[in-house]
Formats: sequence, C-alpha cells, structure tokens
Amino acid sequence: MTDSSDLDDIPGTTVFTARRSRQGYYLNQFCMSLMKEANRARFKADERSYLDEWPMSEAQKQAVLARDYNAAISLGGNIYFLAKIFATDGKSFQEAAGSMTGMTAEEYAGMMRAGGRSPEGMRSIREGR
Amino acid sequence: MARITAGVATSHVPAIGAAIDLGRSGDDYWRPVLAGYEWARRWIAASPPDVVVLVYNDHASAFSLEVIPTFAIGCAETFEPADEGFGPRPVPPVEGHPDLACHIAQSVILDEFDLTVINKMDVDHGLTVPMSLLFGQPEAWPVRVVPVAVNVVQYPPPTGNRCYALGEAIARAVASFPEDLDVHVWGTGGMSHQLQGPRAGLINREFDGAFLDRLVSDPEGLRRIPHIEYLREAGSEGIELVMWLIMRGALGPDVRELRRFYHVPASNTAVGHVVLEPVG
Repeated sequence: MTDSSDLDDIPGTTVFTARRSRQGYYLNQFCMSLMKEANRARFKADERSYLDEWPMSEAQKQAVLARDYNAAISLGGNIYFLAKIFATDGKSFQEAAGSMTGMTAEEYAGMMRAGGRSPEGMRSIREGR
Repeated sequence: MARITAGVATSHVPAIGAAIDLGRSGDDYWRPVLAGYEWARRWIAASPPDVVVLVYNDHASAFSLEVIPTFAIGCAETFEPADEGFGPRPVPPVEGHPDLACHIAQSVILDEFDLTVINKMDVDHGLTVPMSLLFGQPEAWPVRVVPVAVNVVQYPPPTGNRCYALGEAIARAVASFPEDLDVHVWGTGGMSHQLQGPRAGLINREFDGAFLDRLVSDPEGLRRIPHIEYLREAGSEGIELVMWLIMRGALGPDVRELRRFYHVPASNTAVGHVVLEPVG
C-alpha cells in the first residue's frame, strides 16, 4: 500500500490522483474537446471566447492561454489531456515536455539524446536520493 | 482450441508513429529505433498469429474523465484510429475479433476480473504504434485484434500483481475458446519516461535493464513492485510497465526470450521491446 504522502515526495512530479482529476475536470474536458477539427478551428480563432464556454477557473484559463503546462498541472490538468492543446498548436510532445523543465528546447533535446535525465537525486525529496 | 503462441512487449511512443507516417523512418534519429524492430517484423511475417490480444492504454482519446475503466475489453468488429488533436493517423482500421473478445470477457468476468465491455471505441497511438512497429504500413492489418485497455492515466493504475493475474485469466479464457486460433498477447507502453513537470525526461537504464531481465527470470518478483517504486524509478509515465505484466502472466511460468531491444531515446522515452515464447 502506497502512503499518499509518498506521492508528493517525488521531485518535480505531480501524480494525477482522483482528487486532482476532480479539480481539473473541466480543464481536461476542454482539452478533450480539441479532438474535433471544428472545435480546434474555433479555439484557434478566439481562444479566450472558446475557454469562456467552459466552467473553468480563471487561473486554469490563464494557464492554457500562456501554455504554462506546469501551472495547468498544478490546477488539475493531466498531461495526456493537455497534449490536445499542444497537438492543436502543432507542437511535439518533446517540445511540450521540455517546456516544463526550465530548459530550452535544444537543451532538452540534447539531454534526451545523451540518455535522458538521471534518476540520481530525483527519487525522493524526503530521503534526498 | 485456441492457443497463446507468443508474447510481445513494446513501447508505444507517439512520435514513432509520426515518424513512420511522415516518411522519416530513415532519418538518423529514427533509423536505429526502427532497425530494432526488424527482427520482430521478419519473425511475425514468417508466422503471423490469427489474433493479437493487445494490451495498451488509452491516452485521453476514447475515455475522457467522464468514465475511467480500470480494465476494458473491445468487443467491436472494427476500431477506427482516433483523432488525438492533429487528425487520425493514416493507418488502416483495426479489425476486432468479437467472438474471441466476448468469450474472453465472459470467461474472465466469471473468473472474478471485472472488465468493462466496450462496443464502440476509437484506438489511439497506444494501440496503433505497436501495430506499425510490427507490421509496417500495409493496406490492411494482417491480424485481428482484441484490444484490452488499462487505465494508467489516473492514479492508481491496477497493481502489477493484478495485471499479472489478469494475464493468467486471459490465458485460461483463450485456452477454452473452441476455434483453432494462434493468439499473441502484446503488452505495450513504457519503458522509463516522464512527460510532465520539472523532472520530465527521466530515463533509468538500470531499472529498465533489470525489468527486462526479470521478465524472464523473476516474474514473481516483478509482480510485487509497488506503484511508488515505478513512479520514483521509472518516471510518472513509466508506470505503464504494469501492462507488460498482463502479457507476461498470459505466457505461464516459464518463457524463452527470442528477442530483446533497448534504445534511448525516442522523443522523451526509453524504448524497450521483447519477444517471448512460452515454454512447456
């Protein structure tokens, strides 16, 4: 049995629990709507108006408008739902993931080519390992 | 009677699908990834199964947050490629095997595994990228597919132990299907990767290597890995590896490894691929 406090003990990681899923329900359902071409076209034409059709918090809407995926995740967004936004933008998963790390796209791509981010020191905040 | 003749595991990185679809398989970046599957492509072309029970996860394509089934089985005649935000992949529709799927559903539910029955579902890269890796770009897929979708998006996914036991139940179901069919079970997703937050890009070669070894030598140990260990060691999305254990459970206690391939990176992900054959 995993202690739920363990889930908050992983550096730079948000585990998408049922509680976060509740918090992000409309944010994620908005993302899901972008799977239809007609909705993508309406969103691209006027992002703010399209977002206002959804009962999302203002902070969630601002996170979408800014493409601030860390903020969106902290407000209940899930990366596989948020992927519909960057797919709509024509951005790759690598570009979007890299944007959350504070690295430039080139730096992030270079890190991946060199074997990725080491787990050393990234496993547990509490235990510092 | 139907029989399980092999198990295949593979990552299902969406960027691999895009590389194939956009004709970039020969690029320096993608060539080594695709080359790692040439052995399996020849192997499966030489002796294709009738049906693949394909274990994968939906990535917010067929299932929104309205309904989140932990285990679901696709019983439809056909599954169309999903539009994941950039139009559907240009791949053939996936032909199901409703008779086998309904038989598996009935068998495993009575065996106390409460699968959700899906009669209409689009399938995303989680299912279609493994098909492309093994079969290339045919006009029509050469096998029929029973999709088994596992929730690994909203925490918690089913435990590794539960996945393994479901694989065992699927094997019992296949063995009691009266038609003469060769069946593969594929487990997809993984290996180590994290797609979100400041820790995005995590790769753990050591964990992945040990997982591949233990898939053959220590499946009983693998089924006991707790979720927190996957999350810490293999990344928040590396927990997809529990799906490999459904495949492994379906093959029985002893297996022979016919093929292993491991490559870093494909986009954000460590690519792992094995072909296993049941022994005895």
